[in-house]
Amino acid sequence: MRRIISVLMENAPGSLSRIAGVFSQRGYNVDSLCVAPTSDDSLSRLTIITQADDKVTEQITKQVNKLIDVLRVAELSEAPHVERELMLIKVATRTEIARAEVNRNVDIFRARILDVTAQHYTIEITGTSDKLSAFAHVMGHCADITESARTGVCSLSRGDRALRP
Amino acid sequence: MRMMSGAAMVVEALKEVGVSHVFGYPGGAVLDIYDALFAQDDVKHILVRHEQGAAHMADGYARATGRTGTVLVTSGPGATNTLTGIATAYMDSVPMVVLSGQVPSMHIGEDAFQETDMVGCSRPIVKHSFLVKKTTDIPMAIAKAYYIANTGRPGPVVVDLPKDLVNVQDKHPYVFPDDVTMRSYNPTVKGHSKQITKAVACMLSAKRPVIYVGGGAIIAEADGLVTQLAEKLNAPVTCTLMGLGAFSGVHEQFVGMLGMHGLLEANKSMHNADCIVALGARFDDRVTNNVDKFCPHADIIHVDIDPASISKILKAHIPVVGSVDVVCKQFLDRMEDVDTEAQKEKLKDWWAQINEWRARKCLDYKQGAEVIKPQRVIEAVYKHTKGDAYISSDVGQHQMFAALYYPFAKPRRWINSGGLGTMGFGLPAAMGVQFAFPDACSVVITGDGSIQMNIQELSTCLQYNLPIKVISLNNRALGMVRQWQDMNYKGRHSCSYMDSMPDFVKLAEAYGHIGIQVDKLDQLDEAMERCFAEKNRLVFMDILVDQNEHVYPMQIKYGAMDDIRLSKTERT
Ligand SMILES: Cc1ncc(C[n+]2csc(CCOP(=O)(O)OP(=O)(O)O)c2C)c(N)n1
Ligand SMILES: [Mg+2]
Repeated sequence: MRRIISVLMENAPGSLSRIAGVFSQRGYNVDSLCVAPTSDDSLSRLTIITQADDKVTEQITKQVNKLIDVLRVAELSEAPHVERELMLIKVATRTEIARAEVNRNVDIFRARILDVTAQHYTIEITGTSDKLSAFAHVMGHCADITESARTGVCSLSRGDRALRP
Repeated sequence: MRMMSGAAMVVEALKEVGVSHVFGYPGGAVLDIYDALFAQDDVKHILVRHEQGAAHMADGYARATGRTGTVLVTSGPGATNTLTGIATAYMDSVPMVVLSGQVPSMHIGEDAFQETDMVGCSRPIVKHSFLVKKTTDIPMAIAKAYYIANTGRPGPVVVDLPKDLVNVQDKHPYVFPDDVTMRSYNPTVKGHSKQITKAVACMLSAKRPVIYVGGGAIIAEADGLVTQLAEKLNAPVTCTLMGLGAFSGVHEQFVGMLGMHGLLEANKSMHNADCIVALGARFDDRVTNNVDKFCPHADIIHVDIDPASISKILKAHIPVVGSVDVVCKQFLDRMEDVDTEAQKEKLKDWWAQINEWRARKCLDYKQGAEVIKPQRVIEAVYKHTKGDAYISSDVGQHQMFAALYYPFAKPRRWINSGGLGTMGFGLPAAMGVQFAFPDACSVVITGDGSIQMNIQELSTCLQYNLPIKVISLNNRALGMVRQWQDMNYKGRHSCSYMDSMPDFVKLAEAYGHIGIQVDKLDQLDEAMERCFAEKNRLVFMDILVDQNEHVYPMQIKYGAMDDIRLSKTERT
């Protein structure tokens, strides 16, 4: 089952490798990992997407919580939450028709063209992981994908639930 | 504000946290710290012969006292040599701080001479680690390291100190922190009151309860409270290999060690229990046997300070996060009007059943006329130390014989590597014990294989006059390996025989100690007498024991707790 695990931890050197260690050492898989300082820059927020049953999820949260640098851990997927991921995708278009098709799909998916050169469009799209994958799939049909980069999922609980220090 | 060098800060901070002994070995990256150590007498430095030995000494010191053990080593090989010792401490939750030198900050990452990423190498086997970045951070890093090592579930902490930060010339302001509390680290010690209520109800309604005590009870110094709880309930008590001594081995409610080499009555009680009260134990695979067949009738109450230990292996019906001492006190507070006599009446049938299992006398063995049985040696050690020694052990058959045939009446007397099973642990651990308690009787029970893994420390023993008693059960074999080969590999003894054994008596003498060899039963008592009469000398007893002896009882692989082999020919 897909899980979203969110971690609030000290923004200190080595913290991230300790978290990564919990996963690699115990054989838990990581589908995506997104990490950056919070509005309080002494803290970092991590969002981890993993596939795990209830027992493994309980162990992951407990083992991560056990790390000295970690303040809070929550599984966001067990309650209402919002989630977003960002993708930059660069496509090469050779014909007018292809270019029109790319533009049309950018509108449909509410993506945004960030950069244009003679042969390339670089497009930004935000949404759920599924939406990003669907967009990449469509782009693959109307143009050549040169490269793409995704941030991994970033997520917050809805309402007054929050990870606070 | 006092100005001092980084090296002086290290020593000053160690004094501040109350360190009595540092076990270490010098080298380039820590020469400045060694220079600062030279200038004072408060912190005693013990020069070992191998850094692994230093880590095990600090470990033995910590297990015997409850105080944090301290190690000081140089960068690169000095640091990596401690890793087995760190892992050993980590697995058994032993408080330890390892101060490792590091190459100068500006050379980190350049593959400089004797550079290793110690923080990286040790990451999976430490509770926490610090790579110090500024000289003025040294006191805080050390203060936090000791705080983390010995609070919550204890464990080893590494403090990596780049050489440029500790140089003796540059002086910086020294401020030792008043407060080291961390917003991200607050171990829970008190059990949740709802869980306490549920647990007490479960214990009181049980008809076949068992109290299953692990190393956590010793760490929490909860032996007195565990005993009160057990007596209040009149419940049988079993201890894990790590928990021996948390409940007296000579108490009438003690049913012995449980698990792979546990007593029949202990494993039978567990298997038939309707309520298991796990106190600071972690349902290790060496305890549970096949988890799918584990204790089918029992409600499990699991008390542990580490939430991650609860429901890791087996789902606890009533989890209680907290320190064993505090939680036992909470249990007892709710049991004030429990009538122990009524409990006795209620558990009468249960005890009748247990006494039937006890009557099988599963520890009986056949001692012949001449060849010494290893069990007999342990009984002799018990007799000659009046059961009051600190027994450190190595790993193998001798370890299990010691655990089974030397009843421990007090906590912190049984010092062994239970979690990692580190051969070579025993001698240095016994040295750590002897440094902590110079007047105590510190014994190491070892084997001909294990002793050779850190035998160089016999030299350290001479330097510091440690009158340790080394009892080596010499079976000319890696006995435990051999036993498994007998049982599972049709007796094919692949590489478990030790050819060309050294002459241990001469070896002991070469190191400046007394060596005694015993190979006949009728010499055993007299030799033991001589050994323990030598109050001021280390004595190495090379005791030739039966090579073909197996450790029994032994659980049958993939079976339940009570599927047990009782001898080479009998099983349950
Ligand atoms: C460092 C290390 N290497 C290997 C092992 C595997 N091992 C466990 S017991 C044992 C044999 C120990 O032999 P000895 O010390 O002579 O004890 P005995 O079993 O003969 O009493 C071995 C090799 C271990 N536990 N530790
Ligand atoms: Mg042997």
